[in-house]
Amino acid sequence: MPVDRELPSREAEDLLALTREIADAELAPKAAEHERAERFPREVFRLLGDAGLMGLPFPEEIGGGGQPYAVYLQVLEELAARWATVALGISVHTLACSPVANFGTEAQRRDLLPEMVGGTLLGAYSLSEAHAGSDVAAMRASATPSDDGWLARGEKAWVTHGGHADFYSTFLRTPVDGDRAISCFHLTPDLPGFSAAKPEEKMGLTGSTTAAIRLDDVPVPADRLVGEPGRGMAIALGALDSGRLGVSAVAVGLAQSALDVAVAYAVERSAFGRPIAEHQGVAFLLADMAAAVESARATYLVAARRKDAGKPFSRQASIAKLVATDAAMKVTTDAVQVLGGAGYTRDHPAERYMREAKVMQIFEGTNQIQRMVIGRHLTSEVVPPAG
Amino acid sequence: MNIVVLVKQVPDSGSERKLDPADNTVARAAADNVINEMDEYAIEEALTIKEAQGGEVTVLTVGPDSATDAIRKALSMGADKAVHVVDDAIHGSCAVQTSAVIAAALGQMEYDLVMCGAEATDAQLSVMPALLAERLGLPQLSGARKVTIEGGTAKVERQTDGGFWALEAPLPAIISTWDTINEPRYPSFKGIMAAKKKPVETRSLADLGLDAGSVGLASATSKVLDFAGRPPKGEGVKVTDEGDGAQKFVDYLAGQKIV
Repeated sequence: MPVDRELPSREAEDLLALTREIADAELAPKAAEHERAERFPREVFRLLGDAGLMGLPFPEEIGGGGQPYAVYLQVLEELAARWATVALGISVHTLACSPVANFGTEAQRRDLLPEMVGGTLLGAYSLSEAHAGSDVAAMRASATPSDDGWLARGEKAWVTHGGHADFYSTFLRTPVDGDRAISCFHLTPDLPGFSAAKPEEKMGLTGSTTAAIRLDDVPVPADRLVGEPGRGMAIALGALDSGRLGVSAVAVGLAQSALDVAVAYAVERSAFGRPIAEHQGVAFLLADMAAAVESARATYLVAARRKDAGKPFSRQASIAKLVATDAAMKVTTDAVQVLGGAGYTRDHPAERYMREAKVMQIFEGTNQIQRMVIGRHLTSEVVPPAG
Repeated sequence: MNIVVLVKQVPDSGSERKLDPADNTVARAAADNVINEMDEYAIEEALTIKEAQGGEVTVLTVGPDSATDAIRKALSMGADKAVHVVDDAIHGSCAVQTSAVIAAALGQMEYDLVMCGAEATDAQLSVMPALLAERLGLPQLSGARKVTIEGGTAKVERQTDGGFWALEAPLPAIISTWDTINEPRYPSFKGIMAAKKKPVETRSLADLGLDAGSVGLASATSKVLDFAGRPPKGEGVKVTDEGDGAQKFVDYLAGQKIV
């Protein structure tokens, strides 16, 4: 059963219908095989780019789809319900496009953006380092001024699409602008000294490549600096709030898929003379799963609508990320439980969903970090009682 | 190269399809109505020809108001404009009557080529290209798996069970296509948005100069008198293998004309 959605326009309804059509025909049948073979589906991103699904939240003037986040995220959710690797890839790509889209010069926006938001080129977001994940300020990879630009050196870690991406929105320390200063650069793999390490061997999302990026004295032309020098931290953190919403939607799509698998199985499989779905023990499990999925969806939509309305949404984005990814972990684990022994085998997708859910509690800021963010918002927003 | 693609809206062949017990016509109201799958291949072929040779692709459909969804799908794939013949009097028309309506509509259009799917998934008559060719005095090249348009001539490979026939005709001509001919494109989101601004003209029977009494269920040349649901699946055939299982298996398949 397709999820019944409240969408703001006929245009959005058509967009969701197109997404479902493509996802059913082109994503769902390929997911299990690619994940098992750990094969990155580069061609699927080309198809989604041609369909106009790689730049949905960006303005139409720069080649985007001009869609509000509340609609874009529901597209991500539908994609994730068929193949989380692909939906995550779109979320990362969107994140990677955002520095040039929001902070790029007129020339960068004109020359680079059409192929980026059009999806001809695939993006990666290169912020973390091995010792500096959520602690962004601890990063060491640097860019120092050279005669005609910058010289970049160091190693970035956990780069989704590392080795496959066509451009990398990369954050590097630029000491010249002050000790702590970080700047954003648009790097491409053709630059000398740029290389991707052997991909990580992961527990889940094995179709999505994650790799470290090495920068061995990479000469970076001056026009690859994105935004003001030293402004990288603000660019990175602003994009992360939106990225957390992307991950929330991906987690809800995955959880919805796990719920669908569990319900279909529980209706088919009989024990003690009736479908197991009619045994209260299983029915309550399914009910809790549905409640988790729908409340998580509502939570990311609340945050997205605040963003679309131009209101602060950082706290709500962290809450959505926390709620949605914890829900995905719980719901996928319970889906394995509903399927019993069958759920533990690779004949059914439940165990794969469970492995895929785990990393969602970790990336884009661990859920412990999300709690810290939420806590800081709460204490900083306290108004002292009068008198 | 101006191409008219004939498009029909049909109940989704993947869902349960029903006839309306009131007059034994296709029950459209409750059905999941979609563009006839085979027509998507004709649209794709027309768009490919247009992209190579220029010109316009116009969609022509005969159907109720709801058929606008099929038109929008064709326009979102890239067709330029559409003509929608809609008139309550057409309800229940047979293929012969429908061909008169389509021929009249084509008579008001300019084209070098008319294309359509080789069959519709609802009635599966596959007679429309022939009926139109007769009415319009045009050559028909039906059941194509390959189309080449060169210097005022259409060449097709007409698919057969054992191979193909090479056919050729001067333009204008009518070509119907099978699903072996290409891989239809998905609409893009931008295509969907652009489709809303493309012109769709509606025509009534009066606009086409046709008499309402000449079409419709009452004067149809064929009529569904009765129908029955598909019988439930049988038990199947069990073959006991006594060393000759393979032979029995092949005998069965041969008996069903499968091998």
